[in-house]
Amino acid sequence: MTGKPKKILAVASGGGHWIQLMRLKPAFEGCDLAYLSTHDGYKKLVQDSRFYKVTDANRWNKLKLLKMAFEVRKVVMREKPDVIISTGAAPGLFAILWGRFSGSRTIWLDSIANVEKLSMSGRIVKPFAHLHLTQWEHLASNSTLFKGNVIS
Amino acid sequence: MKIFVVVGTQEPFDRMVKTIDLWARNNSTHSIFAQISRTEYKPESIGFTDFISPELFDQHFNEADLIVSHAGMGTIISALRHSKPIIVMPRLASMHEHRNDHQLATAKSFEKLGYVQAVYSEEELFKALDSAERIEPAAKIGPGASTGLINTIKNFIDKS
Repeated sequence: MTGKPKKILAVASGGGHWIQLMRLKPAFEGCDLAYLSTHDGYKKLVQDSRFYKVTDANRWNKLKLLKMAFEVRKVVMREKPDVIISTGAAPGLFAILWGRFSGSRTIWLDSIANVEKLSMSGRIVKPFAHLHLTQWEHLASNSTLFKGNVIS
Repeated sequence: MKIFVVVGTQEPFDRMVKTIDLWARNNSTHSIFAQISRTEYKPESIGFTDFISPELFDQHFNEADLIVSHAGMGTIISALRHSKPIIVMPRLASMHEHRNDHQLATAKSFEKLGYVQAVYSEEELFKALDSAERIEPAAKIGPGASTGLINTIKNFIDKS
């Protein structure tokens, strides 16, 4: 890679979202990488990178969700990443929204768990993400692309 | 047989935990450990914990001969990565086990692909446990996502 390494902010909530994000690591080679998640325990798994923890919340807890949104904003403003990528759910949605307004390029990869339709976050984020991906061929469309999945 | 039970971090999953505990009562030769989240039912015949660190999760996972889990992607991907036989029971919204029924669709799709043995009721789980020693693991997957997906993301980053 020539020039300055690209700054990446990789975002996922806990559990399956995080495990899917980890399987994208080869794509971040040579980049200046920071992670954002909802569990402190993940910090140890990405010791070569910066790690930020935000409040865990889903759409049923509006107050916590609001708190999370502003915590995510702080991280996006501090990092000013070239690229924001997320496998879901809520923290990734917020990161892409904030990033979109501050000049980052953004990627949404909808979780492989969403087989019948895109996730709620995935549908909300769709008009904002520069690259919008599904992991199921039958869910692909003109604006949501299928390029493979995390379990090959 | 060493069995590791994973409920995930969402709502309680009493149906699954209780069924396994009742099964264990008459199958005491097996060593069963369960991560049960906020499940209200407290097991009597198996070891359990509410939540578990990533390190301890990996340790139980590696030692297990069989995984029994909710239909969460984290556990399914880990089972494929470590080539462990896995029984999955989807959480149902109607039982207040999840916010929607996407686990039902996940379980059906991954069952069709031959990646998991899926069960959809307590009875089916009980039966699956009875014949657990015959469940074959799926082929082991690699450490990362498919080449097409990795290259797509790489190209996007390079051009940003």
